[in-house]
Amino acid sequence: MTETQDAPARGDSATLPAIELAGVVKDYQSHGETVRAVKGLDLTIGEGEFFSLLGPSGCGKTTTMRMIAGFEEPTEGEVFLHGQKVTGVPAHRRDVNMVFQSYALFPHMSVFENVAFGLRRKGVERSEITRRVGEMLEIVDLAGREKRRPGQMSGGQQQRVALARALVNRPRALLLDEPLGALDLKLRQQMQVELKRIQREVGVTFVYVTHDQGEALTMSDRIAVMNDGSLEQLGTPRDIYEHPASKFVAGFIGTSNLLSGEVAEVADGRAVLAYGPGERIVVPLREGTAVSGGQHVELTVRPEKIELHTEPPAGDGSMIRGTVSEVVYLGTSTNYQVVTSAGADVVVFTQNVNSAEDIAARGDSVWLSWDPRHSYLIGQIGATP
Amino acid sequence: MTTTTAPAAAKAPARRRVPRKGLGLRIYTWAVIAWLVLPIAVMILFGFNDTSSKFNFEWEGFTLKWYAQLFDREDLTTALINSITIALASTVITTVLGTLVGLALGRYSFRGKGVSNLVLFAAISSPELVMGASLLSMFVTLNTPRGYATILVSHVMFSIAFVAMTVRARAVGLDPSIEEAARDLGAGPWTTFRLVTLPLIMPGVISGALLAFALSIDDFIITNFTSGSTVTFPLWVWGSTRTGTPPQVNVMGTLLFAAGVLIAVLNMVASRRRARRG
Ligand SMILES: Nc1ncnc2c1ncn2[C@@H]1O[C@H](COP(=O)(O)OP(=O)(O)O)[C@@H](O)[C@H]1O
Ligand SMILES: [Mg+2]
Repeated sequence: MTETQDAPARGDSATLPAIELAGVVKDYQSHGETVRAVKGLDLTIGEGEFFSLLGPSGCGKTTTMRMIAGFEEPTEGEVFLHGQKVTGVPAHRRDVNMVFQSYALFPHMSVFENVAFGLRRKGVERSEITRRVGEMLEIVDLAGREKRRPGQMSGGQQQRVALARALVNRPRALLLDEPLGALDLKLRQQMQVELKRIQREVGVTFVYVTHDQGEALTMSDRIAVMNDGSLEQLGTPRDIYEHPASKFVAGFIGTSNLLSGEVAEVADGRAVLAYGPGERIVVPLREGTAVSGGQHVELTVRPEKIELHTEPPAGDGSMIRGTVSEVVYLGTSTNYQVVTSAGADVVVFTQNVNSAEDIAARGDSVWLSWDPRHSYLIGQIGATP
Repeated sequence: MTTTTAPAAAKAPARRRVPRKGLGLRIYTWAVIAWLVLPIAVMILFGFNDTSSKFNFEWEGFTLKWYAQLFDREDLTTALINSITIALASTVITTVLGTLVGLALGRYSFRGKGVSNLVLFAAISSPELVMGASLLSMFVTLNTPRGYATILVSHVMFSIAFVAMTVRARAVGLDPSIEEAARDLGAGPWTTFRLVTLPLIMPGVISGALLAFALSIDDFIITNFTSGSTVTFPLWVWGSTRTGTPPQVNVMGTLLFAAGVLIAVLNMVASRRRARRG
């Protein structure tokens, strides 16, 4: 649906991607030095998609978004909105709207005037403005607050005004730069659900910038993980969580255990890494990956996929031994930290379904096992599917 | 008693009761106020003095005739009109130019920003006497005839820094993304300025304009250097002190003072209302 296919699709607006970045580079000059904030980004964002840009602070998310909105011009590369090249078009002539992290509401205008601002600029008729603003305030659950000033509202309400002010213009895409960053946790979770509902209701493409991986996973149709100005991985939340393509992604999204070892044998599309007696890690090879015996590889396993045993487990899956170094009881789950015989630190989450007491205590010798399907080679080898 | 009034107090948290201080502090406060107000009170009072001497120093009874004959002294009237028109023109020019300077200093970073700040500070802090003398020598060097225009130019010159400072203080506190939001919503640069930037820096612009007016209308030192044969209200009053100041001067002073108080009150009410609306 959203492949970077060129020319033939252009002109047919139904199949055009909402936003396309082609080889976008952004350099900033600061104190006489050139900082490359975005290092050659190619992205295609589909119509109606909830698309997240996820990455640590300073990785270039805001810069990318500002280039789409028209507040910054790319140093190299092009930006397309619905197939139309917009590089060089100023922000006020681009058919996208932005929700700022600070909300950036007009403090001297009422809620109604804030929301009506964009429509007035377009010269929409008075009665139509009243109708559409009313409708939008209904959607964001602020009906009856038209006369308020932004200063008289709570953070969550201001957030909704900012959202309404952008959405009422029916933009081709809505850009949100860490819109929930200033809210406390509870309100934030509430607004996540709310945002998702609103997006479904209005059907507008959302480009959502966040450094919160949990937020990106729960809300997005697709996620672009960025690091240091480049794209690390692009995929659905499940893809990215289950098949992290790089060590960075594995570490950034959720908790991940990183293990390494030498390949002992390759058979049936699986590599087997050998450790001490009775210990082995079996890891599936994705199509096109080539590893050979003796090669040093790295892999990841999510903590919730690992089982903890006090006896050597049966089966032909992965199993390694270790010593419990820490037990943290978290109510619904218990979190074990285990040092493997090879010296790696591994985290294991176990659900507290029917266990009245912990499986193991600090200092205990344990066995770890997991289904090979849940482990992935990463890095150079694993990254080429 | 405190327990029963607590709910009512909780409803109106804005008005906090200021604790009463001792008698000494109150006497001191009133003494300072009296000291500040007394000269003005004397000025107002002697505008009603039914004096017959050339000098208006002794109380001879109450009259309103000076109000009736306010514009009888033609040269005084001309001086007052000069002062008012110069102050108005200077305020308009200064406010426009000073606002632009203040915005530039508060919003953008550019080469020479540090120097510009320094120049503004110098304009505010340099002694008027020095400024007046240098303006005069500049006008003489440039062979400019002194008069109405040179007064206006020098008034703009010394008050522009005050407007720039008050506007800059406002502009610095402005979130730049508010203007970006306006652009994002389809407002061009001019519309953004008119609908968003200007209203938000307006309190700074207004205080700057009031300052500029006040500085201009009573300026004596610099005006004295640059006036040539044009006479303004302060120059006329100064000249008259040797031959006797007519009570009309008191009346005009009273009216200017009243206008000033009125504007200050209006400004305060307006800013209160703005604050209340949030
Ligand atoms: N206006 C600017 N001038 C100079 N450097 C900038 C500017 N804006 C951003 N940067 C730099 O570009 C990099 C990316 O910043 P940004 O896009 O804000 O990252 P993010 O939004 O992911 O935190 C950072 O190293 C930041 O310091
Ligand atoms: Mg950012």
